[in-house]
Amino acid sequence: MVNLQDLKKISDYEWEIPKSFRDDMQVPVRIFATRSLLEAVMKDRSLEQAVNTATLPGLVGHVLVMPDMHQGYGFPIGGVAATRYPSGVISPGGIGYDINCGVRLLASQIEIGEAEEYLNDLASALDYNCPSGVGKKGHLRLSVAELDQVCIQGSQWAKKQGYASEADIRRTEENGRLEAADPGKVSNRAKERGRSQLGTLGAGNHFIEVDLVDQIFDGRAASVMGLNEGFLVVQIHCGSRGFGHQICTDYVREFQGAVRRYGIILPDRELVCAPLDSPEGQDYLAAMRCAANYAFANRQVLAYYARKAFEETLAGKVKNWHLHQVYDIAHNMGKIETHKINGERIKVCVHRKGATRAFGPGFEGLPEEYRPIGQPVLVPGSMGTSSWVLVGTEGSMERSFGSTCHGAGRVMSRSKAKKTVWGEDLRKSLQSSGIQVRAGSMAGLAEEAPQAYKDVDDVVSTVAGAGIARKVARLVPVAVIKG
Amino acid sequence: MEEQISGYRELDHTADWEIEVWAPDLAGLFEEAARGMYALSGARLDTRNPESRTIVVSAMEPEVLLVMFLEELLYFGEMENLGFDKFELRLEGGELSAKLEGGSLVSLEKEIKAVTYHNLHIRETGRGIKVKIVFDV
Repeated sequence: MVNLQDLKKISDYEWEIPKSFRDDMQVPVRIFATRSLLEAVMKDRSLEQAVNTATLPGLVGHVLVMPDMHQGYGFPIGGVAATRYPSGVISPGGIGYDINCGVRLLASQIEIGEAEEYLNDLASALDYNCPSGVGKKGHLRLSVAELDQVCIQGSQWAKKQGYASEADIRRTEENGRLEAADPGKVSNRAKERGRSQLGTLGAGNHFIEVDLVDQIFDGRAASVMGLNEGFLVVQIHCGSRGFGHQICTDYVREFQGAVRRYGIILPDRELVCAPLDSPEGQDYLAAMRCAANYAFANRQVLAYYARKAFEETLAGKVKNWHLHQVYDIAHNMGKIETHKINGERIKVCVHRKGATRAFGPGFEGLPEEYRPIGQPVLVPGSMGTSSWVLVGTEGSMERSFGSTCHGAGRVMSRSKAKKTVWGEDLRKSLQSSGIQVRAGSMAGLAEEAPQAYKDVDDVVSTVAGAGIARKVARLVPVAVIKG
Repeated sequence: MEEQISGYRELDHTADWEIEVWAPDLAGLFEEAARGMYALSGARLDTRNPESRTIVVSAMEPEVLLVMFLEELLYFGEMENLGFDKFELRLEGGELSAKLEGGSLVSLEKEIKAVTYHNLHIRETGRGIKVKIVFDV
């Protein structure tokens, strides 16, 4: 149990649990939060999970926790941990079952006034074209050979099939393709699950949302991204579906034995891990990259169908219905990156579990136009509330392994949300606020009620105050499609 | 609270789902865990045309066996749209043999991504055994 008095205040936005807090900690825990956000998470086990994470072998720097933190399983959600490459470990649970769950943002030249009367039809067209819901199958049924190509090529497979433009690829993290993905390290069962789910949203907190750019905070960055106040944009939030879930499941099970083989003692078996340079660690990395590439392709195919919905609904009715890609970014991922730690450049494996990569200006892997402003960071809020576009900063590179928050972060359990909120009432309330809602399940809708989440504006102000991201634009929803 | 000799109840968890399951023995515990998982996901079955399946899985630890068993059920749900309400389970020497009977899933309200190992520990109580299971949703 971690108490407020165990924390050392670094600044109004930063706190530390020292390494001395528990004997098995390898590094301290650094928390980005205001006092009130911190007090809110004291009610669950997020910080205890962060301390558990700090016991992983080979960690460098600090284990970091973002202000949208909440209790997860193993790692806290909002956790970032970097292990030395290749002698440190990789932990599948520290990346999560939904490998490369992430967000894509598409922007338009459609002013809200032009499209207002068509929003109802647009929501229905998005709902029809973009399959969502529990276990839902998509428009595609891949052969195993085709799935292997998705694993290897990611979004670039989607481009070859006509689902992506070159501009889409350029504006996707890692150009939508992680190298060294090996489908040979993926189980037949994962492949079986993956064959019919490409281009599907899934359920839970995944969504497609049409938003209005409500306020611009950084005109220069917004202009480079093509974001204009009063214009429509689209967010797509989903991951690698049953394919990624199965890969993580397979390796968490396999690693139960690996920790014994490598003599690793952990406080929670969901943290199971293997050395990055071990055969087990290398196999998981190669399989995880397959799921990451699958997720990039998944969001790309969904983007294709979102564009189709826009064309069907708005072509000939607005001046320009086209959607251009702003960026696509993961928030559940393990990446090999080089970071400066205590003045020394070190190659590490950065686990981001509910945290977004937020590289600052000058990073070579960014599209040329984004290099002067930093990498776009997409932070979806809770349903019916605002979402944010941020950029990474020099501060995120120096203090958070180039990472920042990923959303609002839950504060209320799903069971309590269901008892507190009636799904149909929520749908009506959103509709009366001018937000079109399409939901596969009213119970699922209730679980995602805004009351169940922190205020995303507070979360974003915290990362901005801490200097690990900068505000660019705030978005507000006009149509939500949920599984 | 626990009037029944075996059962399950939902616990509060900020982001995911957690249930506590209790039973006199391992077979009972596995069965109640399956029932709890189906209840959480809002599964409704049509058993007018019964379907049966057999599962055989093995692992050195009962906790791992439990996760594998529940994962099998999730897999049948996703790939064959099947759920089960009758269980004949035999656990012997690290092997679980399960005969399952059920039918088509008429509806499934919510998606369970995975069964986690988070703090998973089957422990003895005065009245039998107990476990807490966290599901990623």
